[in-house]
Amino acid sequence: MISGSAPEPAGPADGLAARLSGAGVGDAAYRTAITFFAVAVPILLLLIAWEVGLAGWPAFRAFGPGFLASSTWDPVRGVFGAAPAIYGTIVSSILALVIATPLALGVALFLSEFAPPWLRQPVAFLVDLLAAVPSVVYGLWGIFVLLPVLREHVIPFLRDTLHLGATPLFSGPAYGPSMFAAGVILAIMVLPYISSVSREVLLAVPRSQREAALALGATRWETIRGAVLPYARSGILGGVILGLGRALGETMAVTMLIGNTHQISSSLLAPSYTMASLIANEFAEATGDLHVSALMAVGFTLFCLTLVVNALARWLVWRVTRGAGATR
Amino acid sequence: MSATVAPPGKHRPRPSQRQRVFAERTRRRVRRRQWTNTAMVAVLSGAAVVATLPLLLILFHLVREGASALSLDFFTQMPKPVGEAGGGLANAIVGTLILIGIATGIGLPVGVGAGLYLAEYRSSPLATAVRFLSDVLNGLPSIVMGIFAWQFLVRPVGHFSALAGGVALAAMMVPMVTRTTEEMVRIVPVALREAALALGYPRWRTSLTIVLRTATAGIVTGALVAIARIAGETAPLLFTAFGNQFWSVKLTEPVAALPLQIFNYAVSPYDEWHALAWAGSLVLIFIVFVISLAARFATRSRFGGMGD
Repeated sequence: MISGSAPEPAGPADGLAARLSGAGVGDAAYRTAITFFAVAVPILLLLIAWEVGLAGWPAFRAFGPGFLASSTWDPVRGVFGAAPAIYGTIVSSILALVIATPLALGVALFLSEFAPPWLRQPVAFLVDLLAAVPSVVYGLWGIFVLLPVLREHVIPFLRDTLHLGATPLFSGPAYGPSMFAAGVILAIMVLPYISSVSREVLLAVPRSQREAALALGATRWETIRGAVLPYARSGILGGVILGLGRALGETMAVTMLIGNTHQISSSLLAPSYTMASLIANEFAEATGDLHVSALMAVGFTLFCLTLVVNALARWLVWRVTRGAGATR
Repeated sequence: MSATVAPPGKHRPRPSQRQRVFAERTRRRVRRRQWTNTAMVAVLSGAAVVATLPLLLILFHLVREGASALSLDFFTQMPKPVGEAGGGLANAIVGTLILIGIATGIGLPVGVGAGLYLAEYRSSPLATAVRFLSDVLNGLPSIVMGIFAWQFLVRPVGHFSALAGGVALAAMMVPMVTRTTEEMVRIVPVALREAALALGYPRWRTSLTIVLRTATAGIVTGALVAIARIAGETAPLLFTAFGNQFWSVKLTEPVAALPLQIFNYAVSPYDEWHALAWAGSLVLIFIVFVISLAARFATRSRFGGMGD
């Protein structure tokens, strides 16, 4: 390193040596300090995994792998199975992605390909601001605005006008809180994540890629479909999976809208549970050590699931944006 | 293409039947392609409109429902029991400030330190690992932070505390601050660092007094964004700060928080409490947006000044 060996123009030799060794000590201390903070990040992650995993261990030991597959959750008898919550978590998140992905991709394409420059900043800002709205505010809005709208307009429309009532997805009574409502609110919440990553990835597509397609006589849409989207595909997929990671762990808004019922129903209109909302709803009133442990085990399962999903997303985004620096 | 559609000139033979059919077919194809193009542009623009609608709707309802319940009392009074008119959320507002204070006090130094490490030793194996793991940490559900802090700080002590809530929020803040610090320190021109080193500054002084100071505005921005995000968090506080109907500023006691109070009021069956939940949400979102906007403008003026 250059540091520490910088020549001093003046001063007696011993003073110089002292000052230089002082600098060495300072550098060593500084390095130690920032290394300590850097190491704190992995330690924090390990500590979280350790504490939550250890607390969930009694439940895992008591119920074995069946904990993840059983759908009985009975605190009174002390029997716990997380299958309904796992099912609800996955279905609500997928529903959210199905609604949010086309919209987010549309916004990202609009902003990166078509929008006049003066419109780009404001629209991007408005969509990004969705990510800043606290979860509990989404929940409040969901209870008092979204649920009535879904009940009185959207669900009748889907059932009667589009005749989806005959399919199992939209059968059964529609009271209000439901998997469907949770999916819609989650879609709004993950939209900004998917769209901002997609935008970033689309902007990383080299200009030459577009220019080549346009020069061949392609229309702007054909350019997007043939030249831009294939290039950005895995990065956009990464954004979608990042959104999935958010949706899986989202707690408050889902707790307020999903109805919190332990059941696996084929109907999206039935109330359900997610892992996060199960913890939020029952933890404070947990009746015994095994109940607490079961909730911790659910938390640990959620931890592992989001860990895998996020790692996958980061890897996909990194694969696309890594090349961007070199080609531009 | 242009040859087939050009009008017949004086010295050119009239196009044959085959040529005319071909020209017609080409014209139709071009028209269809242009129509598809126009339709897709419309669809994508429509997506942009639809995507901005939820935010506008949420803001509209917050103002319509919340503004009427807002008054000076809201900020200065304590919550009142059901049935009594009035009352405010003074304790929750103060509680939220305390929690933000604890989280920033712990999360900011750790995050900035780790970010400095990532920027200084950017390609060491530890840096690569820390960078990846801080992204993973950033993606962890906030409820997991909550049960972690409960297990770590509430269970051994036997009661809920503001400190546990602050730690849960700090755990969320660390990875966000780490990554923004790294990015901001990285864009400090190398020339500045080299100049300082050439003048005989040791590495640690260069880093702290030259590099860090230059990057301060950016780091402040990153910290503000992180604060805006944790300010509205509810899930990590459910079993840590827990909420408190009374006035408390003690770190070892349960403390009220604005998001918690909004949640409790929203799921209650009482209309007065619903009104307070709307008002609380309006205040919360106002705080969050003001911090986000401040962060945004801080960055913009900075990059504008650097001729980016």
